[in-house]
Amino acid sequence: MPPIIETDLLRREFGSVTAVEGLSLSVTPGEVFGLLGPNGAGKTTTIKMLITLLPPTSGSARVAGHDILREPRLVRRSIGYVPQLLSSDGALTARENLDISGRLYHIPTAERKQRIEDALAFMGLADVAGNLVRTFSGGMIRRLEIAQAMLHRPQVLFLDEPTVGLDPTARRTVWEHVRGLRDRDGTTILLTTHYMDEASELCERVGIMHLGRLVALGTPESLAADVGPTATLDDVFTFYTGGDVDEGGTYRDVARTRRTARRLG
Amino acid sequence: MTSLERAARPAAWAEPAAAVRFAQDAWTVAEAELQKLAHDPTELLTRAVQPVLWLLVFGQVLAQARAIPTGKLGYMDFLAPGVLAQSALFSAIFFGIAVIWERDLGVLHKYLVSPASRIALVSGKALAGGLRALVQAAVVYVVAAVIGIHLQLGVPQLLGVAVVVVLGAAAFATFSLIIACLVRTRERFMGIGQVLTMPLFFASSAIYPIALMPTWLQVLAKVNPLTYQVDALRSLMVAGGTATFPVPLDFGVLAFALVILLVIAARLYPRLGM
Repeated sequence: MPPIIETDLLRREFGSVTAVEGLSLSVTPGEVFGLLGPNGAGKTTTIKMLITLLPPTSGSARVAGHDILREPRLVRRSIGYVPQLLSSDGALTARENLDISGRLYHIPTAERKQRIEDALAFMGLADVAGNLVRTFSGGMIRRLEIAQAMLHRPQVLFLDEPTVGLDPTARRTVWEHVRGLRDRDGTTILLTTHYMDEASELCERVGIMHLGRLVALGTPESLAADVGPTATLDDVFTFYTGGDVDEGGTYRDVARTRRTARRLG
Repeated sequence: MTSLERAARPAAWAEPAAAVRFAQDAWTVAEAELQKLAHDPTELLTRAVQPVLWLLVFGQVLAQARAIPTGKLGYMDFLAPGVLAQSALFSAIFFGIAVIWERDLGVLHKYLVSPASRIALVSGKALAGGLRALVQAAVVYVVAAVIGIHLQLGVPQLLGVAVVVVLGAAAFATFSLIIACLVRTRERFMGIGQVLTMPLFFASSAIYPIALMPTWLQVLAKVNPLTYQVDALRSLMVAGGTATFPVPLDFGVLAFALVILLVIAARLYPRLGM
């Protein structure tokens, strides 16, 4: 089966900084793939290139069979994206948010209404569908965002730090829903995270990024076995990115993460 | 059907033609803005305070002073269309702030990763900016009626005013969007927004006739879309008001400016998602 995401020497520079350096990666249809790495490793930049928001400096990529530079609209039709920041509009209700998503993908009206009700029920948001999203808890917002990104049944779902700033219970609920969606629709999921428990829990394969490069790739088990007989994914992470790990990213990263955490928390 | 086959399945519905998609996408974006206003109209109402002050304070004083010759038209009647245009301008010119806010939150990215074209997204924003101004126009009309300005209330005139207000506000909202795409932070935007509004306002026929201006300012006024908006409003809104330019020219200039600004904004809009 041809890969559903395939990148070839993907590279992105910001001024003198190389955020992603020659990334070549392929993801199989139906797989849950995790991109791991510390802040500033290039995970979000990679996702932004794959979802056509950011043009690569060089290299190429295909998503769901379409070239990200030549056929961006077809790529966008085939994908869903939940950013690390907030994507649901707090000044609108949950149902209005879902309706906007459905309409932007031109899902026919009757089908759209049915899917919205199904999604609300599936995500456990049916009772609050008419409430403004700004009254929601962080976990509820994340579930709504995922429902919005999945309404048009994309072939690939991109989740950027899906549970950053959530409490343990809310994180588990989000994980369950992500798995549920994958089982229901067979969606390929590419997520980024710097939580090792999240990666072990959700991902069938992980790639570890460090300073813009892919430094390790494999199943969580095989990567752990490579590092040592009793190693965990945490040890793998430290093994590949440790030592010279910067102290939690740039000022901008910190500001972003904290802001997101505050808003979701 | 296995889950893998389902994943490989293309979208199960046909997409409408490109022109229909454009109209639907733009309306989706505009309607979202209107829904937000319906949930919380406070911002719109507070913005209505300013035109009221212009009419009640500035207008009354200058009318008393008889400092500005406006021909047969009384100064208050002369000023009312200018204040209407100004209130639409002031609310539209800060429209970009909301877009920067959306980008900082992440809401904007949801639109940018959708298949909607960039021109449809910015057109929807522009339309929302235009329609918001109608609420302001309604407030100005009420105040103007109360203080005895001689309004024309025929249906063709009212419709004409509505179209001019929407066109003008949409153009300035798009201009604001362009600035937002260029400066990308709220702080820088606030500074630039302040710097731009006053020159746009003073280099127009909003509060005095063009004929009174020094030549250099007349040149600026003639390339300022606000002048054409005020000009059309002056002939449509108040009894006895006359336009300096042919009214179809006013409409044409506003529509042309809007289209040019939309094309520029559509090119710059993706910068907000990077």
